[in-house]
Amino acid sequence: MGSYSSHLAKIEDLHGMIQETGFTKAHICRLYDRFADLDKSETGKLSREDFQRIGELAVNPLGDRIINAFFPDEKQSIDFRSFVRILACFRPTVKDNHADPNAPEPINSRSNKLRFAFQLYDQDRDGVISRDELIQVLRMMLEAQVTKDQLESITDRTIQEADLDGDGAISFEEFRKSLENINLEHKMSIRFLQ
Amino acid sequence: MGRDRSGCVARSALLTALALLLCCPVAGNTAEQESHTERGHSRWGNETGEPQPGFHIVSLRWEKVQAPYVIALWILVASLGQAVFHLSEKITSVVPESALLIMLGLILGGVVWAADHTASFTLTPTVFFFYLLPPIVLDAGYFMPNQQFFRNLGSILMYAIIGTIWNTVTTGLSLYGVFRTGIMGKDLNVGLMEFLLFGSVIAAVDTVAALTVFEDVHVNEALFIVVFGESLLNDGVTVVLYNVFDSFVAVGAGNIQGLDYFKGIVSFFVASLGGIAVGIIFGFLLSVVTRFTERVRVIEPGFVFVISYLSYLTAEMLSLSAVLAIAFCGICCQKYVKANLCEQSITTVRYAMKMLASGAETIIFMFLGISAVDTNIWTWNTAFILFTLVFISVYRVIGVVIQTWILNHYRVVRLEFIDQVVMSYGGLRGSMAFALVVLLDLKHIHEKRLFVSTTIIVVYFTIIFQGLTIKPLVKWLKVKRKQQKEPLLNEQLHGRAFDHIMSAVEDISGQIGHNYIQNKWTNFDRKYLSKMMVRKSAQISRDKILSVFRELNLKDAISYVSEGEWQGSLAFMRSISDVNVDFTGPRYTALDSSNSAVLCENASEVCLDMQATENRAKSPKDREEIVTHHMLQQHLYKPRQRYKINYSRHKLVRSEDEKQDKEIFQRTMKMRLEHFKPTKLEVNHNATIRNTKKEKATIKKHSDVVPNKRTPTHSHALHKDKDSEVKDHCDPSDDGISFLITPEINESEETITGNIPCLFFTEEDQLVCQIIPLWTSDEGTIILSQKVNLQVPGNPNNFRHSSESIDSFLLADISKEDPLSESSV
Repeated sequence: MGSYSSHLAKIEDLHGMIQETGFTKAHICRLYDRFADLDKSETGKLSREDFQRIGELAVNPLGDRIINAFFPDEKQSIDFRSFVRILACFRPTVKDNHADPNAPEPINSRSNKLRFAFQLYDQDRDGVISRDELIQVLRMMLEAQVTKDQLESITDRTIQEADLDGDGAISFEEFRKSLENINLEHKMSIRFLQ
Repeated sequence: MGRDRSGCVARSALLTALALLLCCPVAGNTAEQESHTERGHSRWGNETGEPQPGFHIVSLRWEKVQAPYVIALWILVASLGQAVFHLSEKITSVVPESALLIMLGLILGGVVWAADHTASFTLTPTVFFFYLLPPIVLDAGYFMPNQQFFRNLGSILMYAIIGTIWNTVTTGLSLYGVFRTGIMGKDLNVGLMEFLLFGSVIAAVDTVAALTVFEDVHVNEALFIVVFGESLLNDGVTVVLYNVFDSFVAVGAGNIQGLDYFKGIVSFFVASLGGIAVGIIFGFLLSVVTRFTERVRVIEPGFVFVISYLSYLTAEMLSLSAVLAIAFCGICCQKYVKANLCEQSITTVRYAMKMLASGAETIIFMFLGISAVDTNIWTWNTAFILFTLVFISVYRVIGVVIQTWILNHYRVVRLEFIDQVVMSYGGLRGSMAFALVVLLDLKHIHEKRLFVSTTIIVVYFTIIFQGLTIKPLVKWLKVKRKQQKEPLLNEQLHGRAFDHIMSAVEDISGQIGHNYIQNKWTNFDRKYLSKMMVRKSAQISRDKILSVFRELNLKDAISYVSEGEWQGSLAFMRSISDVNVDFTGPRYTALDSSNSAVLCENASEVCLDMQATENRAKSPKDREEIVTHHMLQQHLYKPRQRYKINYSRHKLVRSEDEKQDKEIFQRTMKMRLEHFKPTKLEVNHNATIRNTKKEKATIKKHSDVVPNKRTPTHSHALHKDKDSEVKDHCDPSDDGISFLITPEINESEETITGNIPCLFFTEEDQLVCQIIPLWTSDEGTIILSQKVNLQVPGNPNNFRHSSESIDSFLLADISKEDPLSESSV
């Protein structure tokens, strides 16, 4: 499906990518196809507009935040490598008991998945989800008919439930702890990215 | 309310009884005639006796009107029956339509029989196959969500073809085996071929009927499309198999040579593929025809029905599969018909189709009930009947399990245990089985009566028993498997966030592996097919759809924000009356957060949490907790996977997610607008804009077109003046859209005007640029021109209805894409 050989030439440092992300060659080629497809201006980089052109994201409550997650550090465009790196986060995790404990954490570890989600909430990157940030996210995720009071009450209860050290905000550890019962590997994995 | 209800029920019951009473003299009159439904009979010329001498001012001329009168009366009774059922919502959510109708049929049959002691009204195969079946199949084809259908095509084909063949062969062979052991009695005159033929008759499943009770219990979306597709296609497969075995039987079991078997298999493929080909040809023919019907809007809907019906008859004439023909005609033509026809015609077509399908099914089941009462056809053979019931259930289960196991290796969205339960248990046999068995030729099949009575019993059993119990069964299974622990707020919330993240990432990463075919098809379609089949006007607007759509909606977003600012707060307000766009703002209601208010909303939603929450202590803290939980449950936006495809023969369903989409879309666009940095704006333009902002009364219009190679900027403002028409001439340069700014009435600093990024049209046609404001109030609202509205709808879903286009967003059909579904095995 598609001609891989012509793409392979265009992808820089293919092996490096495979090592880092764990994708197979075929996958990377398919992702390259998708990248090229999205890159309407053919500059070799994707800008925010390219993402916004994907219509489904416009009707996704967290769509814009997710787009922003692809553009870390105020960058305006990303190249293929970063694209792949971010998507690699969503590969299904494989329980590997023989993993070298000193090796760097794989990109698609549970912790990294959680961190991705955490960063969606924590816009100012201060390491905690403050009450305001949570209200913002909740506002996005709840139907418009929910009133401000209801919103605030939900936020307060949510923070109350998760906040263990009483600082009124949710740190990454608290976030992780509150989700320990969720089968994250299942929820945050796209199988066909295996 | 209660009194009204009972009053209604009483009245309807009275009407029904009246209609029934009318039928009795009718029954009496036609006791000796053939089935009244044979329209071939013409009674116009006949009169029973000599006309009485003398001139009669008024006379009763029953014979003249008998045939059409009786037909009309039956249709009326059927419809009244449905109306009565739907008075009670409780019944319709528990009992599937087919069960209700079949019982109505029984009652009527009883009435007729009591009046007459014969079954005067039977369902003849002619009527069934020529008049009652086509609307049902066409309805299924026309409302088929194409995207999901083709993505799951592999699974659907497997279940429809392999599943049906499996059911047929195993049932037939097993029954033959049982026959040989002699349990059924020695006096049956049947051979292997007859059993296989019977197997093919009884194998056709109508699972969709069972799914209608699942509206509130969440069924896996993939399951629905698989079941829907399966029940559509397996009708075609059944008829083909039936014909093959029928001809074998006619030839005689002893005379069949090897070559005939081979021919049988070949004819299976030829009939199916040929039928599909005929359907596709007629579908395209229909699309081309609708391209030219702009001037004859009133008769446009007629074309849809007539041409589809012709496809059915043509395929029948060529001895190909007529069911598949009309189904694929519906599937192929939907997109182009929806692009070509005007809104009203589309609505007409939808409603008429539902009416015909619903009516046809009602009539079929009624007749099924009535035919059951005919004692002439009854032959009872306990073993046969019992074994049939056992075999069809068991083999259905086995078939489903094996096929699902195989398919799950290839599918991305697996079909879980509960889906398999639904599929096997929900395999109701329906009208098709009955019609086919009545069609059997008595000369060749000596035990036709036995087959007929067995079929009737099977149909009744599956529809009534299985139909009634499937929902409780599924609920029970689901509840059992659901975690007993009440999910934490955090888990609920973040879990839902994860779902949204996942849908977004899926969209971003695209349909890996399956995109290729889809892209190829959409390109082909865009370049060649649509040019042929879609109206010029629709094509032009379709090509600009994305850009203009974005523009318009961003404009709406701007107007939203500016309006909000003008009003002094960003409270969302309904602005439907002022803005001539299909655009309902979310209403700011002061809901009180008491228990009752929250719990009363969406009462129809099954909240399987209920039992968990009921067990909690009712302390205030807990009550608040319950409230919060419910609020989250009900108000969290649903992720795309949870969208349901909804199909029902008797209802036109609009999906709930349209509202959700609109809200999210508007909000997103507003936010995007706010975040855009003015990287592309030239400084002097900015200054000019700010200057004009100060003028409250009028705002000058800019049409500074800078046609150079850099990204030029357009800033347009609209006149507030009532009488002037503003025409924006769009520069056909690089990619982009020009934004229109609302006039800023106040001097709020947070103007969007400074932040507009400007992108442009590529297309040369300027018609979409014509925005004619119609000011009806002093508020700073924008009203879009009618023309623009007609061609380019102002919300995501209208847009999809009117045309489909190439971008991934635009590919989404009325029902949402599910990128996790498999496209082909």
